[in-house]
Amino acid sequence: MTDTKVLKLNGLSKRFGPVVANDDVSLSLNRGEVLALLGENGAGKTTLMNMLFGHYLPDAGSVEVADTQGSLQALQLGHPQAALAAGVGMVHQHFALAENINALDNITLGSEPMLSLRRNRQAARAKVEELMARSGLTAPLDVPVGRLSVGERQRVEILKALYRDARILVLDEPTAVLTPQEADTLFASIKAMTKDGLSVIFISHKLREVLAFSDRIAVLRHGKKVGEMPTSDADENMIATLMVGAETPKVTRQAATPGTPLFSLKNVSVSGRSKRDTLNDVSVTVHANEILGIAGVSGNGQTGFANLVSGLAVPSNGTLHVHGEQIAHPTPAAMIEAGIGRIPEDRHHEGIVGAMSVAENMVIERLHDPEVQSRGLMRREAIQANAERLARSYDVRGPGTDAPARLLSGGNIQKLILARVFERSPRVILANQPTRGLDMGAAAEVGRRLLEARNRGAGVILISEDLDEVLGLADRIMVIRDGALIEAPNRNRTQVGLMMAGEPA
Amino acid sequence: MMDLFNILVTESFWAASLRIASPLIFGVLGALICERAGVLNLGIEGIFVVGAMCGWMAVWLGAGLWGGVLVAALAGGLFGLLHAFLTVPLGLSQHVSGLGITLFATSVSYFTYRTALPNVSSPPRIEPFQPMDVPILSDLPFLGPVLFQQTALTWLALLMVALVWYVMDRTALGVALKAVGDNPDSVDAQGLSVYALRIWAIVAGSAMMALGGAFLTMSAFDAFFFGMVNGRGWVCIALVIFASWRPGKALLGALLFGAFDALQVRLQTEMGALVPGQVFLMAPYILSIVALVIAARSADYPRALLTPWFKGQR
Repeated sequence: MTDTKVLKLNGLSKRFGPVVANDDVSLSLNRGEVLALLGENGAGKTTLMNMLFGHYLPDAGSVEVADTQGSLQALQLGHPQAALAAGVGMVHQHFALAENINALDNITLGSEPMLSLRRNRQAARAKVEELMARSGLTAPLDVPVGRLSVGERQRVEILKALYRDARILVLDEPTAVLTPQEADTLFASIKAMTKDGLSVIFISHKLREVLAFSDRIAVLRHGKKVGEMPTSDADENMIATLMVGAETPKVTRQAATPGTPLFSLKNVSVSGRSKRDTLNDVSVTVHANEILGIAGVSGNGQTGFANLVSGLAVPSNGTLHVHGEQIAHPTPAAMIEAGIGRIPEDRHHEGIVGAMSVAENMVIERLHDPEVQSRGLMRREAIQANAERLARSYDVRGPGTDAPARLLSGGNIQKLILARVFERSPRVILANQPTRGLDMGAAAEVGRRLLEARNRGAGVILISEDLDEVLGLADRIMVIRDGALIEAPNRNRTQVGLMMAGEPA
Repeated sequence: MMDLFNILVTESFWAASLRIASPLIFGVLGALICERAGVLNLGIEGIFVVGAMCGWMAVWLGAGLWGGVLVAALAGGLFGLLHAFLTVPLGLSQHVSGLGITLFATSVSYFTYRTALPNVSSPPRIEPFQPMDVPILSDLPFLGPVLFQQTALTWLALLMVALVWYVMDRTALGVALKAVGDNPDSVDAQGLSVYALRIWAIVAGSAMMALGGAFLTMSAFDAFFFGMVNGRGWVCIALVIFASWRPGKALLGALLFGAFDALQVRLQTEMGALVPGQVFLMAPYILSIVALVIAARSADYPRALLTPWFKGQR
């Protein structure tokens, strides 16, 4: 690795209304270096990279990018075209791919003359194939992208940047959708490409992969750069402290003896519309005093499983028992009645009714309760008192319990949902991706509450894509893959990862 | 049953089908271009009226027939530009804007007509496009009368099917159009302008729709009447779903509708004594609903259809 600078961000600032997303952030990148950009959600990582790539216009600051000769040139800000031309490529967390055209077209989109009636596909294909061979990132070129796997789509995204001769590659949470093994392969390819002079910035909040694969680390907090160091000088605790600004309470799990069966499925299948909500012959039992962790790459049936447990999906065959009683016609109301608490995956859309007040959202699952209504009329004072009590004990912060719930931040929406669910002391708790998008403090709080519920005798089903979270919280681990649930024989990270990828453990 | 067979083998039946399908071909192609780019254009019914009125009036005022066609396309494009402005950079509801365009375009056309001809009870006629008589080819048995005795505008419609197919399938522009209707971010991330692609697609699509209207006054008939478009625009909106946004299938859908329409006219004369004529009038619409129900189940909607996109929001 040489110390030639290929990129300099000088004092970039950006505010959205009253929110300061980035405050005077300066950063530089050396040729052939892998820089990890760390920070909690809302710390301003993505905003910073979007300014570099021209999606946002900074309020202050400048960007310099090295040209092919290696001398730094000021970059015209606010124009993706200019960033592309300067050799900056960005792979967004949400893929920017058109699914109705093939990979080759996605890669060459925008680099052909638009008004020409002829296209030179041979040259384009040759270049892409050469790039695939050199980088080790391969994907089928002639199939509509909609039919590719998530891993393949991501490789197409990176090839897109390389095709534009990117010398600087920005990856926004590249491993969020990959199995641990896919992630390792990706980083191996990236490492190989840096030998050829590619420089990489990757955004992540997975400390493990940051420590394993980066050369240098920069940490953002509340829009400011709070730390920068070579990875060799860093350790997990130190980075976590930098990200959060204080020591995070580590959630520790004590072993517990599982009690009586609370919830069980026998040979249940759900025929969904896609792979996401389809289950094939699933049998599972959740006991009291137990957290069952369901690990898996997203889209393998988690949605179907969660729908089933919350009564949104009707099994096509098999039986479902809660507390030893069979529920023949599962509906959301029947499942709530049976004592199942639900923390939904999409908290903004399925967890709350955004236009209703925080107080109303806190009682929305028990509208027939006499405490909440009498003869069809809402008991305002009782609802309000309930809300204020819950907001205090669950630390729900925001513009007040009268305000529409949509005004709350993601973390506070999750606390609202936790309050609503845990207040009813459910016997079974379904937590679907409960910490996705939460900062470390809020995530630790969710983990603590789940363990608390398990300790008082509840059975918890924890569905998560974050294997480390499952390993940290669950008493028993199952892997969901292609709509089937398989018991993990042990807690070995590599083995569970292999099972997630569909290989025999 | 024998009657039906006899109808289906006549040259005049197939010639009529193609003639009736011609304005629909323009309309479906126009809707297809707009929707491929991600914008529904419910202004189509009004743009048909504008095309019909402007094309006819230009010729009546002394322009040549092709001059009239050009004027119709430009007028359609102009209303398309209005729709594009409202729905693309401003991101307003495509339904509301489209219906507004239809009401506005229809009224403006009627208003212009009435202002130009305040005291006319029967509209002045123009000399419309005549059936082309291609030497040799038009003397071919069956194919001759069906294909080679149509007007130049029908030929233009068929040519447009080939052109739109070629552009969509074989050019970089077509790929970009399909991409912008599926995921605008993919286009933006590659440095192309989402706004420009969508705006030009709507303008081009609307010009195409106006040609469908022009066909009515300059080929099918020879004058402009109120209410002459008579829901053809709406039929195109349904046909584009039937066509699953593919030009070849769009041609097929338009021909199918044309054939049903031609058939009902003939059945009316043959069996009018037995069944009320209105039943036959309904037939093509009922059959297109049935076809739509079957086709729409597997329809592959452009994913970004109806969703506005704003720069800098991802």
